Amino acid sequence: MASVFTGAPPQGGPGYSFKQTPTVALSGERQHSFYPYTDNGGSTLGISGADFTILAGDTRSTHGYNINTRYAPKLFKIGGEGPENKGSRIVLSVVGFAADGDALKERLDTIVKMYKYQHGKSITVAACAQRLSHILYNKRFFPYYVHAILGGIDEDGKGALYSYDPVGSYEREQCRAAGAAASLIMPFLDNQVNLKNQYEPGSGTGHDLQAKLAQPLPRKDVEDLVRDAFTSAVERHIEVGDGLQMMIITKDGIEETFTPLKKD
Amino acid sequence: MPGFDFSNHNRNAALHAQGVPLPKATSTGTTIVGCLFNGGVVIAADTRATSGPIVADKNCEKLHYIAPQIWCAGAGTAADTEFTTAIISSNLELHALSTGRKPRVVTCMTMLKQHLFRYQGYIGAYLVVAGVDPTGAHLFTVHAHGSTDKLPYVTMGSGSLAAMSVFETQWKNDLTKDAAVKLCSDAIMAGIFNDLGSGSNVDVAIITEEKATLLRNFITPNVRQPKERNYRFQRGTTAILNEKLITREEISKYITVHELEDDNVTAAAETMDVDQ
Amino acid sequence: MNHFPQAWGRPRDDVYGSYDHSHFQTNGPNQHTQSPIVTGTSVVAAKFKDGVVIAADNLASYGSLARFTDVKRLRKFNDQVVVGFGGDVSDMQYLDRLLLSLDIRENYSSTENPLNAKNLHTYLAKVMYKRRSDFNPLWNHLLIAGLDGEDKPFLASADLLGTTFSSPTLATGFGGHLAQPILRKLLPDEASVERVSEEQAVEVVKECMKVLFYRDARSMDKYSIAVIKKDGVELKEDEKLENQSWAFAERIRGYGTQTA
Repeated sequence: MASVFTGAPPQGGPGYSFKQTPTVALSGERQHSFYPYTDNGGSTLGISGADFTILAGDTRSTHGYNINTRYAPKLFKIGGEGPENKGSRIVLSVVGFAADGDALKERLDTIVKMYKYQHGKSITVAACAQRLSHILYNKRFFPYYVHAILGGIDEDGKGALYSYDPVGSYEREQCRAAGAAASLIMPFLDNQVNLKNQYEPGSGTGHDLQAKLAQPLPRKDVEDLVRDAFTSAVERHIEVGDGLQMMIITKDGIEETFTPLKKD
Repeated sequence: MPGFDFSNHNRNAALHAQGVPLPKATSTGTTIVGCLFNGGVVIAADTRATSGPIVADKNCEKLHYIAPQIWCAGAGTAADTEFTTAIISSNLELHALSTGRKPRVVTCMTMLKQHLFRYQGYIGAYLVVAGVDPTGAHLFTVHAHGSTDKLPYVTMGSGSLAAMSVFETQWKNDLTKDAAVKLCSDAIMAGIFNDLGSGSNVDVAIITEEKATLLRNFITPNVRQPKERNYRFQRGTTAILNEKLITREEISKYITVHELEDDNVTAAAETMDVDQ
Repeated sequence: MNHFPQAWGRPRDDVYGSYDHSHFQTNGPNQHTQSPIVTGTSVVAAKFKDGVVIAADNLASYGSLARFTDVKRLRKFNDQVVVGFGGDVSDMQYLDRLLLSLDIRENYSSTENPLNAKNLHTYLAKVMYKRRSDFNPLWNHLLIAGLDGEDKPFLASADLLGTTFSSPTLATGFGGHLAQPILRKLLPDEASVERVSEEQAVEVVKECMKVLFYRDARSMDKYSIAVIKKDGVELKEDEKLENQSWAFAERIRGYGTQTA
């Protein structure tokens, strides 16, 4: 900062000082004190089943130790008709910096709607997923500060779930937790959905041990797991709470539910 | 060599320069309040302890005993409030023994502020001191740097503004005991629901000329709802990597072993919540 | 006599020290608002069954100096929208000009369906987000109060980062700490809006202004308050806080050992 106040006249400018201070241009990068990001807390999670995908997120928006609002959705329908996105089969969840999340949602929604307008058919989840990756990477050096999860039904009618890092690296997965309480929820999901660290009782010891094999869970079980994951996250993470918004995507459409969570 | 020794400071600065972070303490987010009433004083606290954004303890005790009729609510670094109140409690007891009188709240407050001032704020204890002594009912706040305040109603911690909003709208002169308890618990509730650093239950302590009453978990507005699924694992689900048997005779050489009455009695002081 | 005409009429460097020319730097990086200078404090607002009530005090501070004591921080946009400004006052005045030009354009282009609160919030949120993305933020926190397209109460916020959210009650700055707990007791959720009358909402907002005056050192007791309903905006800009209570002060004696 000191270099800003040397009092040196502009480069190439008139040297009218009595002491004729040297005309040197400002050197070095200027420090900006404005930081364009914030963290609005909250958590999201997605699980895909045989013929459905569930996305969920809490509805608390935070700023430091303050609650902005107890109802700010993190789940958005993508594509479909009009501002209500009627008939949509794709859901985007975003957690992190809410303003970037909203901007990202609007970008993707517009693109998906334009796709249908231009091609006369709805976009596939796989194509939508790759497009989202490109949107994120397009801002590689000023990223959208969000952890996105995209859910839908793939071309074979199976549940599809894609998760992203802020700059567009993405992967199709069975389940993923994101946001503030991701580190609390993800190990639970690994254990309960992919049955990690669980073995067949009495299958032997050492190399004889048989790991339990994961199979797609029925919808009721998944909904219960999601609710348990969130009620538990609320207990141990201060930025998670107030309400739980869930969207269940099937071939017939998107069902939306809301469950109250603890408000402390 | 006489005088101060600053070698630890140099060591810490060198470690810090190498990127060693300061140890993280459990703490800070808290709502604590106090309020005088006709014939005594009430203090109250929430029961959430945090470590960053993680809840470290859902039902901790922030109301500390100092003397039979002097209690203290603590915000800030958990260990600092615990040990500061403990050492002043101890010294105050010795003081009471040597003078042969009941300890006074001002004495307690003065000892706390002098102790904290000596440590220039590095002992992160923010306290609400309350009690009744032969000179009457008293209420103070003590900040970590050693400054004190004496007011009819006080709040501290990250939820202090939320709690103060309740006092500033509802406080009146000459409250009754019940009205003061209601006011204090409402103030804590404002902290619990509006400040992320505060949560869980309300603890209240009432001190009158006759006695001090601690109402642990006076209000429990945040009971966990039952889980949807059962998470009991079938025996044998967890892999056994290796086994080692230690007989009772062997272990008895090092520790004392007591037999439990039956399998349903657990040895732990606080039982863990487990799916049945 | 100095021979450089540029130096004529300027303070002499040998007497006053050399002038800081960095202000006229044109080939360096652009200078943006890096911190607010003259600022307004909290804005508080609450919905009720027929509309929204919003209030802000009339003070513009220069650091800790109460610099301008008659600055109106509520701006009526049309018959169904009022915008409340917290933060930098010069940026507020820029946004005021922006809103004026928008209003004029709107009035020339279309006769029916004037911009409602929801439309204006979307517009302002995008202005704020664009400016933060250009690293040239408008250092404000705005509350947009009014009615949406279906004549239902609308209240939402937009800040210097472009973050937006909506709630039955909102408060910026210090109000987020002190006023929200009071407001949320009356209006805990969206369903409770239907049960709150205009009188109740106005009363609780006035109560909040009072508590903010007690505890916010950058506040004052003169304020503006607006009620937005279907039949228009009622904006009062020269209100004075009433029924203050300083009862607690009577018994204060010192800060510790002093008793008399």
